[in-house]
Amino acid sequence: MATVELRNVRKRFGAHEVIHGVDLRIEDREFVAFVGPSGSGKSTLLRMIAGLESVSEGEVLIDGAAVQDVAPARRGLAMVFQSYALYPHMTVAENMSFALRLAGVPAEERNRKVLAAARTLGMELLLERKPRELSGGQLQRVALGRAMVRQPKAFLLDEPLSNLDASLQAQMRLELVRLHRELDTTMIYVTHDQVEAMTMANRIVVLNDGRVEQLGTPLELYQHPASIFVAGFIGAPRMNFLEVEVTSETDECLALAYSQGAVWKVRAPREPIDGGGRIKLGIRPEHVALDENGELRGEIDAVEHLGPRAYLHARLADGTPLVVQTGGDTGVREGDRLAFRLRTDAAHLFDGDGRALRRQ
Amino acid sequence: MRPKWQARAALAMVGWLAALAMFFPILWMVLTSFKTEIAAVATPPVVFFKPTLENYRAVLERADYLAFARNSVAVSLGSTLLALALAIPAAYSMAFFPSRRTKDILLWMLSTKMLPAVGVLVPIYLLWRSLGLLDTIAGLIVMDSISVLPLVVWMLFSFFREVPPEILEASRMDGASQREEMTHILLPLCTPGIAATALLSMILCWNEAFWSLNLTTVRAATLTVFTASFSSPEGLFWAKLSAASTLAIAPILIFGWMSQRQLVRGLSFGAVK
Repeated sequence: MATVELRNVRKRFGAHEVIHGVDLRIEDREFVAFVGPSGSGKSTLLRMIAGLESVSEGEVLIDGAAVQDVAPARRGLAMVFQSYALYPHMTVAENMSFALRLAGVPAEERNRKVLAAARTLGMELLLERKPRELSGGQLQRVALGRAMVRQPKAFLLDEPLSNLDASLQAQMRLELVRLHRELDTTMIYVTHDQVEAMTMANRIVVLNDGRVEQLGTPLELYQHPASIFVAGFIGAPRMNFLEVEVTSETDECLALAYSQGAVWKVRAPREPIDGGGRIKLGIRPEHVALDENGELRGEIDAVEHLGPRAYLHARLADGTPLVVQTGGDTGVREGDRLAFRLRTDAAHLFDGDGRALRRQ
Repeated sequence: MRPKWQARAALAMVGWLAALAMFFPILWMVLTSFKTEIAAVATPPVVFFKPTLENYRAVLERADYLAFARNSVAVSLGSTLLALALAIPAAYSMAFFPSRRTKDILLWMLSTKMLPAVGVLVPIYLLWRSLGLLDTIAGLIVMDSISVLPLVVWMLFSFFREVPPEILEASRMDGASQREEMTHILLPLCTPGIAATALLSMILCWNEAFWSLNLTTVRAATLTVFTASFSSPEGLFWAKLSAASTLAIAPILIFGWMSQRQLVRGLSFGAVK
């Protein structure tokens, strides 16, 4: 159990800076996910917390104590790697008890702890096997077990599910949430998969190009993305973006015009739009509806049937793609020409720099 | 797609021919060692003959085979151990903490093998003389380990590179010191590779002749010196020379044959992932 805090943390490889001053506080017993595309610095950040990567500048604090110069093992954290990184020449039990063995814990106590962890994970029968005799899901459990046995202050998980197949991923997601509840420990989880972050984390840190783009609960990020990057990254299928022109602006109301002659009136942002002119309107697929009298017209490129719902991939007259969510029993086919209506009260506005314009 | 049977048969033929070409000189040498001196030089060569142990008796009478063999064992074991002791940390550092110059260093190490040994004979000889290393086991061990070192580093480097770095990182998270990381994780994981490297190094040092001939005379002379001593003074005696050679290579041949499984396993090592 621990708090983890980052203060203006930077990472440079030679002259190249990859983490540009990150400030972050992770509370005790929180489940925090770092998400971002590859190269966003999420793994580097995690490895800096672990101590596997040095900190070029700034401070890493665990329970309030600066640890950036402390060896990984002394930080009291446990890590689960994407490749599991089990010791191939040791049995499951030996893998799990390795840290305790190094720490000089007596054999009896080691066995007790290994057995307890194995029970929690439902793998008592695998203890004498070697890693090569295990399936992907079992390897994953052993890697978790190896971390649990040490009773760490916090768990660091680096894309632990990305090598599993989809059904196993869904199952392990639930299991990780259960483990988090049972172990009652801080967990930091790195993933490029926003679904994993949304379904498991208490809070999500969205990283982009070595900077924290936004930090918040899953729903906060979904409903109030702070930038066009977060808006596009969180949610699947991703949010639609239309380039619109501000034709008139009052204190309460904005009039937005789109190239096809569509005009929308929306509540004005809290602050006046800098530079005015062209801004981006973001709208999620569930906030677009089929409507004969809709403002937008387009042709359907593809229809994705998911059972309870379907996604229509449309192309507007100017070539802009638009994804629309409909009921699962839609009769729409590829090639259909249809009209769409936006629920503008649910629309998001972004200025020229991609920052969200918060509305009243 | 499996190759057609004709193609497979042709490939098998090539394989057998290559193996035969490599093995034939050894076979001929062993056969010659059991011939009389007259039969040994007869043209056309004699294939069927009454084997004699006369050559072996003569060879063993003239020189103390066991003393040379002891030196060979000491030198090849010693050089291999010394080379491994130096190469393991070197390869570890290059494989897991590479810098911009790591590739250059590796190439440079290999390039030292492109220099003919005779090119450094005089400086080495003078150096060894002033250090009092001439005709000592220690001196030959140092020299032989230097000459196999590039190969040993290269082989270990490529074996270490097969080990996923996360496994070592995991052990670091588990609290392993650098030494424990080596002894508990890296070395056990690379045992087949290290064994193969050691075997190859042993074989090379066993057969090494240039430095043995030039840096030793009596006390530290190895079996290659023993063999060479039968080739000069009173003209060539093929049968005796063959007997001496057979005696010189027999131990390493038996050793290599016994460890061939280990060697093949090590050289095709990649079972870590």
